Amino acid sequence: MSKEKSINVNVNGKAVELVVPAHRTLLEALRHESFVEIKCGCEKGDCGACAVLLDGEPVDSCLTLAWHVDGCEVTTIKGIGQPGKADPLQEAFIETGAAQCGYCTPGMIVAAKSLLTDNQNPSLAEIKRALGGNLCRCTGYTRIFEAVLLAARKMREEGEAA
Amino acid sequence: MLPSFDLYQPQSLGDALQALAKSDEMQPLAGATNLVPDLRGKRETCRSFISLKALDDLRYINREGDRVTVGACTTISDILRDSAMQTDAPALYAAAEIFAGTMVRNAATIGGNICCGSPSADTVPALLTLGAEVTLSSASGERTVPLDEFYVDYKKSVKRADELLTSVSWSIPAVNSVNLFYKLARRKGDAITVTGVAVMIAAQDGVCCSARIALGSVGPTVFRARAAEDLLTGKALDEDLIEQAARTAADQCAPIDDIRASAGYRLQTAFSLTRRLLTQAWKQLA
Ligand SMILES: Cc1cc2nc3c(=O)[nH]c(=O)nc-3n(C[C@H](O)[C@H](O)[C@H](O)COP(=O)(O)OP(=O)(O)OC[C@H]3O[C@@H](n4cnc5c(N)ncnc54)[C@H](O)[C@@H]3O)c2cc1C
Ligand code: FES
Ligand code: FES
Repeated sequence: MSKEKSINVNVNGKAVELVVPAHRTLLEALRHESFVEIKCGCEKGDCGACAVLLDGEPVDSCLTLAWHVDGCEVTTIKGIGQPGKADPLQEAFIETGAAQCGYCTPGMIVAAKSLLTDNQNPSLAEIKRALGGNLCRCTGYTRIFEAVLLAARKMREEGEAA
Repeated sequence: MLPSFDLYQPQSLGDALQALAKSDEMQPLAGATNLVPDLRGKRETCRSFISLKALDDLRYINREGDRVTVGACTTISDILRDSAMQTDAPALYAAAEIFAGTMVRNAATIGGNICCGSPSADTVPALLTLGAEVTLSSASGERTVPLDEFYVDYKKSVKRADELLTSVSWSIPAVNSVNLFYKLARRKGDAITVTGVAVMIAAQDGVCCSARIALGSVGPTVFRARAAEDLLTGKALDEDLIEQAARTAADQCAPIDDIRASAGYRLQTAFSLTRRLLTQAWKQLA
C-alpha cells in the first residue's frame, strides 16, 4: 500500500479533507465522503457521469487523481443552484423532460453549466460538442439539447432583466 | 479501484529530471487520461509515477518569429482556446476540435498524446504535416528530434526512460499552403480514430512545391507517406496525380483488423480520405 496524504479541497463551498493514497481517484474519494451525487459509470472517461467542475472546468472525476486537486475548488451538481432556487439548467431539464433514469443528468448539467458560463448563446452544434463526453442511454439526447437551449434563453432573459 | 502505486509530485522541472535520472522504474504522468484507464485495465504495469501536474512552466504556447512552441503539459483545451492556432496550425486545431469529449480535453496534454505512442493519437498526423520537432530533456541535457524520427515501432520511440518530452515546435505554414486533418471514427465525439489523415500542400501557380502527408491508425505508428509526397512535389496538381498519390499513400499502410474496423476498410478509407484532402487542398490553392 502506498502512503496516504492529506488533501484539502473545497467542495461546493465546504472545506473537505481527504486522507487518501496516490491511486485514489477524486470520484472514489468524494463518493466515500458521501458526495454520492457524483455518479460512477464507466470509470474510464467515456461516459461523463462522474463530471465535476474543477476550478470551474469540467473534468471526469474518475480520471482525476485526488492528490492532484489539493487546494482546488470542486463543484458537483449540488453546488449548482440551491434548494428552492434551481439553476436555469435544472429548471430547463425539468420543463423539457430531459431526464429519464437520471443517471447521466448530474454530469450533463455540469458539462452544460461550463458551456453556458462561457457562451450564453450556443448553437446546437456547440452544445453537441460540449456534451460530446457525456453519454445518455435513455433520452436519445434531443430533449437534453432542447433543455440546454432553453436554459441559455432563460439565462439571457435573466441577464436582460437584471 | 486502481492498483496501488507511488506518485512523486515534483515542483520544478529540475527536480523531475533528477528523479527520472535516479530511477529505472519511474514513468511520467501528465493528464493521466491514458494512464488511469490503462492501470484500471491492467495494461499498465508500472507502479511508480512522477506527476507533471505542478510543472506550470511546461504549460504554455509561445510564438517567436514564425516559430510556434507548445509546452508538453499544454492541454487540448488550451490549444482550442488559442484561436490563432486556426492559422498557425490548422490541422492541429482541427484534431483538437474532434478530440475526445470536453472533460478529457481539459485534462489530456499534447505531450501525453505524443508520448503514448498510439497510432491513433490525433495530434500526431497534424504535427507531422507541420514538420514538428520535439524537445527531449534529461538531467544531462536536451536534444531536439524531428517528430518524423521519434517513433520506431508500436508504442516505441527514441525517447529514453530518463527523458521528458518538454515541448513541440513548428514553423507557421506559408501563405501559399493548405493544412488539413480528417478523422474517421464511429462518432464525431469521444471515439477512437479508425483512419486519420493530415496533409500540408504548398503550391505556386498550380505546381506543388512541397507536400506532407501523414496517416494515423493504419500502421504500428503514425507515419509520413514519403513516396506519395515525392510523387506530388514539383508537379502540377490534377485529378490523376492526386489519385496516384493517394494510391501510393495507401500502399504504404499496414493496418490491422480490430473491433472498430477491418484492415480492408482502413486501407480503402486511407486511400479515399487522402484523395479527398489532397483534392480539397488543390481546390483551395487554385
Ligand atoms: C474517453 C477518452 C477519449 C479519448 N479520445 C481521444 C481522442 O479522440 N484522440 C486521441 O488522440 N486520444 C484520445 N484519448 C487518449 C488520451 O486522452 C490522449 O492520448 C492524451 O493526450 C494523453 O495525454 P495525458 O496527458 O492524459 O497522458 P498520460 O495518460 O498522463 O500519459 C500517457 C503516456 O505518455 C507519457 N507521458 C506523458 N507526458 C509525458 C512527457 N511530457 N514526457 C514523456 N512522457 C510523457 C506517460 O508516461 C504515459 O506513458 C482518449 C482517452 C479517453 C479516456
Ligand atoms: S465514470 Fe467517469 S467518465 Fe464514466
Ligand atoms: S436519462 Fe438515463 S442515462 Fe440519461
